[in-house]
Amino acid sequence: MSGYLFAVALTAIVLAMLFVLMRTRRIREKYAAVWIALALAVIVLGIFPRLAFWVAALVGVETPANLLFALAFVVLLLVCIQLSVEVSGLEEETRTLAEEIALLRYDVDKVVERPRAHAPEPEAGGTDPAP
Amino acid sequence: MPNDSTRRVLVVVPAWNEEQTVGATVAEILAAATGADVVVVNDGSTDATSDVARSAGAAVLDLPINLGVGGAMRAGYRFALRHGYDIAIQVDADGQHDPAEIGTLLEAMDRQKVDIMIGARFAGVGDYDVHGPRRWTMRLLSSVLSRVARTRLTDTTSGFKASNRAAITLFAADYPAEYLGDTIESLVIASRAGLRVGQVGVSMRPRAGGQPSHRPFRAAVFLGRAALALLIALSRPVTAGAASESRA
Repeated sequence: MSGYLFAVALTAIVLAMLFVLMRTRRIREKYAAVWIALALAVIVLGIFPRLAFWVAALVGVETPANLLFALAFVVLLLVCIQLSVEVSGLEEETRTLAEEIALLRYDVDKVVERPRAHAPEPEAGGTDPAP
Repeated sequence: MPNDSTRRVLVVVPAWNEEQTVGATVAEILAAATGADVVVVNDGSTDATSDVARSAGAAVLDLPINLGVGGAMRAGYRFALRHGYDIAIQVDADGQHDPAEIGTLLEAMDRQKVDIMIGARFAGVGDYDVHGPRRWTMRLLSSVLSRVARTRLTDTTSGFKASNRAAITLFAADYPAEYLGDTIESLVIASRAGLRVGQVGVSMRPRAGGQPSHRPFRAAVFLGRAALALLIALSRPVTAGAASESRA
């Protein structure tokens, strides 16, 4: 039974961490949500371990632990895909902003007389073809 | 479409670390296409591309980060749209596209009454040639895209393209930064938005640096990525809005 207690304690720590991160605005709710849901599920399982046996029997998996591993794997996969989607969205936004900056800088340079001594300083690491 | 005397032409030159060649390219364009303006889109270069282009007489858009050809070109199309150009022509900075052929492109565009005119390498002019799997890939792309565009296209990965106002408007809003997005997918987007595509044979010069790879593995990867790009482009929802201008 202590193993289940251990799981519940661990999950409580994860929940507390998520809470702190959200409090300091270092993680947004939409990313924390899936972890919170997961943590709550683990807590429920930790308190009622029979639940895992019941669900495993229901879907026809012999060992409940294997069902949990499989589910954990699927959830992690989905989270990775979600993050990839978000990164792609960010890249598209960055791209739009970069284009807009270039267009605005052209207009600004036309309006503001400025001695142009050197090329604009390149950003560190910003010139890799595919970051 | 306005007639030749009032038509404003913009040549867009995407350039990433091309200080060696961009100056000569800009000078050649200004000499060959009289009356046309040149904008060099400096795609986050770390060298003197921007300065060289400016002193050669081009307007320069400095992208703060490297976006790839697709990103550079969309910036170019946005520039063309905002400054009211009627035609935008992409010419690569590496000197592969001969600025003397810009006139060929414009003339063919008027004659065929299309919205997008591709300068094609395999249309009987010039001696550009590739072999093996890479050639098969290009054949495959050509046959599929010819069907999509309802016209015969032989060189769909050519970056040498002229776009009229309708195409500029479309591309300013939707021009993929994805791999091959600036060539394959952009043609799919344009065709499905109702724009008409044509091609004319042009001779191309050898690239100043780097040759297209002929190694089997790289060619196979190219085939895979091209097929994926095509599949995705064809399955995407159609971009609405842009109707053909020259049809009216």
